[in-house]
Amino acid sequence: MKIIDGKKLAYEYKQFNENGEVESTLKAVDGVDLEVEAGDFIAILGHNGSGKSTLAKHLNAILVPTEGTLYVDGKDTKDGSKLWEIRQTAGMVFQNPDNQIIGTLVDEDVGFGPENMGVPREEIWRRVEKSLKAVGMWEYRSHSPNKLSGGQKQRVAIAGVVAMQPKCIVLDEPTAMLDPNGRKEVIRTVRELNRTEKVTVILITHYMEEVIHADRVLVMDAGKIVMQGTPREIFSQVEKLKSYRLDVPQVTLLAYELRKEGLPVPEGILSIEELTEALERCRRQLCQ
Amino acid sequence: MLKDITLGQYYPADSVLHKLDPRVKLLGTILFILSLFVFQSVSCYLVATLFLVSVIKLSKVPLRFMTKGLKAIFVLMMITLVFNMVLTPGTPLIRIWKITVTVEGTKIAIRMAVRLIYLVLGSSLMTLTTTPNHLTDGMEKGLGFLKWFHVPVHEIAMIMSIALRFIPILMDETDRIMKAQTSRGADFDSGNLIQKVKSLVPLLVPLFISAFRRANDLAMAMEARGYHGGEGRTKMRPLEYQRRDKAAYLILAAYLTAMFLANYFVKITLPAVW
Repeated sequence: MKIIDGKKLAYEYKQFNENGEVESTLKAVDGVDLEVEAGDFIAILGHNGSGKSTLAKHLNAILVPTEGTLYVDGKDTKDGSKLWEIRQTAGMVFQNPDNQIIGTLVDEDVGFGPENMGVPREEIWRRVEKSLKAVGMWEYRSHSPNKLSGGQKQRVAIAGVVAMQPKCIVLDEPTAMLDPNGRKEVIRTVRELNRTEKVTVILITHYMEEVIHADRVLVMDAGKIVMQGTPREIFSQVEKLKSYRLDVPQVTLLAYELRKEGLPVPEGILSIEELTEALERCRRQLCQ
Repeated sequence: MLKDITLGQYYPADSVLHKLDPRVKLLGTILFILSLFVFQSVSCYLVATLFLVSVIKLSKVPLRFMTKGLKAIFVLMMITLVFNMVLTPGTPLIRIWKITVTVEGTKIAIRMAVRLIYLVLGSSLMTLTTTPNHLTDGMEKGLGFLKWFHVPVHEIAMIMSIALRFIPILMDETDRIMKAQTSRGADFDSGNLIQKVKSLVPLLVPLFISAFRRANDLAMAMEARGYHGGEGRTKMRPLEYQRRDKAAYLILAAYLTAMFLANYFVKITLPAVW
């Protein structure tokens, strides 16, 4: 079943001059077709200004496409009466952990979404407990968010979205402001949710290491989707990625360079284990 | 460092007063202040003193926290006292040069001072025993009837609680910007007052920009999580009156009755000097 179905999506940012006339328009998203199956883990890559965040905001109906159509779980995002249903279906986690936590206590913040939806009190508490446990933050429930680390805050934000029981979670560069440990925490949490709760995940990022576990990777550049495929397919095209100003994971790059030098290493190596295995094979081959 | 400062002046302790419903405390404070102004006889002040002292004892808040609030109004109080003593016409008490202090004026001044001190003590007792959040909750629910007069009660409460949440964040930000500007040669400490105020510009401009950016982000995050005002919203921690809250209301009623009775039926005559 398709949870997200977008056809020829386009979005223009208009810049107005002092007289209120349109001075220039910028197509941040330009003719994107996007289909996501329920339960998938999709990663969207792109350098700054490639339109990936703009696209993400469409999935939650924060922005409405200027051209084309977008259906989220069968509901048209242009239909204003379905707005709250759509926001409940597709939860969104943003980049800055401080700017998306509303509550003054961790559990209060997680309950904010369900409160807005008018969920009865006992049910809210059940959901708060369940989602805080799912992200491993239950022990911190009565802490102030200001006292948490970046990774912990971002996990609280994810719990806040999970408590709304969405079918799909859109994460807009959730790790951009975190340290490496926080990044790992957050990505682990997201993968866990995808695996155990079968939540569809759309992860927007520019860290390559985070996308190797995705089912499908989309690469965006100048508002268009320019590459699409499994992580292995994408990362085997090192030169093409570089032309879109994206780096491949270090292991992949090393394997690529070795291959260029003539070693029989397979294309699209994604992890250190894979590379050591491949090198071991090379060694044996060369010895023979 | 800036993160650890306490907001408002909440003093955490485990007392009955801390556990009371914020609505009781709000109404109690308002009624107490009103009673100070409505009833003016000496016997009433005795009742009020008794009430205030026993409530302070109940709150388990050390007295020095209470007096902090008094320091802030010291100047105001002095001015009121002096003006009352000097400008009220009546029997002269002391005469220094052209200034006459009258008996009537002194009486009014003392009454004024007692009232002001009790007012500050009473209201700081409320803020000392109630967390800002609880207070906001109490206001939202307690003033809920204002909705009928088109006062956006829920929205105001929401604004207050968000402001409270962002104070430490913005403090942190101020600290950071200050350090960043200092490292670029900005000087926040020297010069006269005007120069000092001027030197705040490179601090305030980035702070304002960042605050607006945060507000924008937060609004988006709130909308993304389905916030659409107070309509159809449930509460995970609704305020409900407990037994002790009802008891507190009874005590409050008893206090008001005592004040009323003291005002009309008890006459305390002061020594003849007065």
